[in-house]
Amino acid sequence: MSLMEQLNRKALGLGVPLSVHLDVTYRCNERCEHCYLEHDGKNELTTAEIRGFLLQFSEAGAFFLTISGGEPLLRRDFFEIIEFARELKFNVKLKTNAVLVRENDARRLREAGVEQVQVSVYSHKPEIHDAITKLPGSLSRTLEGVRLMRAAGLKVTLANVLMRSNAGDYAGVQALAAETGSQYTLDPTITPMLNGDSSILGMRLPAQGLRAVFRDARLVGNVDDFCAPPAPIDDEIREGIPCSAGHTSCYVSPWADVYPCVQFPLPCGNLRQQSFSEIWAASAQLLEVRSIRAKHLATCLSCSHLGTCTRCPGLAFMEGNMRGPSSADCEKSFLRTGVATAGMLAGSAVSPHSSSHPALVQIQL
Amino acid sequence: MKECYVARSRTVAARQLGEEMVIMSAVDSTLFNLNPVAALIWQAADGKTPLAKIVEERICPVFDVEPGEALRDAEQFVTELAAHGILLLAESPILDPSAATDKTP
Repeated sequence: MSLMEQLNRKALGLGVPLSVHLDVTYRCNERCEHCYLEHDGKNELTTAEIRGFLLQFSEAGAFFLTISGGEPLLRRDFFEIIEFARELKFNVKLKTNAVLVRENDARRLREAGVEQVQVSVYSHKPEIHDAITKLPGSLSRTLEGVRLMRAAGLKVTLANVLMRSNAGDYAGVQALAAETGSQYTLDPTITPMLNGDSSILGMRLPAQGLRAVFRDARLVGNVDDFCAPPAPIDDEIREGIPCSAGHTSCYVSPWADVYPCVQFPLPCGNLRQQSFSEIWAASAQLLEVRSIRAKHLATCLSCSHLGTCTRCPGLAFMEGNMRGPSSADCEKSFLRTGVATAGMLAGSAVSPHSSSHPALVQIQL
Repeated sequence: MKECYVARSRTVAARQLGEEMVIMSAVDSTLFNLNPVAALIWQAADGKTPLAKIVEERICPVFDVEPGEALRDAEQFVTELAAHGILLLAESPILDPSAATDKTP
């Protein structure tokens, strides 16, 4: 077991929120076509509130802190937040589009001790990237920010959300990552907006494209291993927790709302009304999420993919049942292995946007 | 080893987790899990107190260990952490206050 796995297991046993994701604003200088947020800046957290909440997170034992948005650099107090988080000895990861990063900003992030910066890049082609972000010149400015951060010695990861409009461009983004000395990560999941609007799901990568991604050794390594049929399921898997959301991690919005995860819009309390420790320890919603083991997932329990599926409980929740399947993950498991999932066979979980097996399309997200 | 002063590096992330201390180096992202003895040394590493005094005052009264052996173990421990940039070592007090300021709960 790796040290990180030991750390997670220990945090789970102690009931410690090891990872907190804090969106410091929903305002953004880009308008990405697939974004799940509304860019409302009203009533967002004050500097004093954020400082107080960070202190509460650290006292609760949180170690990993993700600062995101919106575009966090739009806040005038951005560096005060980052530097205070580092004074509290958080391991800080920043998510930004890097459009606003200048040389001095990159140096200051490095000096503060930010562990890693994740930057969204959709394509190596300006006309594709800029059309997705709806900000002319954004690819050029983003890559300039990336280069400045790399020159300052920061670890940078290019995060490549893959969808219909940039389906063929991931190799180009990988090349940009290599050229800039950055890491590369790909995410083929488009999620519904947090307000429940699922219209953006039509942008999801079609099944044929996703199947090709899963068979590209440049992305998945050993294709035979990655696409192997699921291994037998044992009691350890059945007794396991489906995801760290709400168990050792949580999400806090710019309005102080606490959720199990940024992709799990189940309100669990508000930090303007209760302390973080009260919410973390006693929220009825968090307690319900924590009560769920794999063996409680009615449909998934009978699924051969139970031990290997990337099932997201937040996506399942947005489909109406946090104990149910997530259609996007059923689709991924099927396209990866060719083995149908229990959710598909039960007729409850295939994306309406899939084109590979229309007969199994049963629900509308 | 000559007189040895130790100070926590300001580039790390650190958190107490139960009786242990979790530390990650921002230099190479190495994750460390310090046992209770090592965690006490880490917390006492203010740059002003000699390592020998930390061992004498913070370790020996709490743990059943012979002082000479405890100091040898502590010297090995701080040398290893210094190699990863987790601790700063010097033969005289480390006066950079930023290295010794710690608000870790």
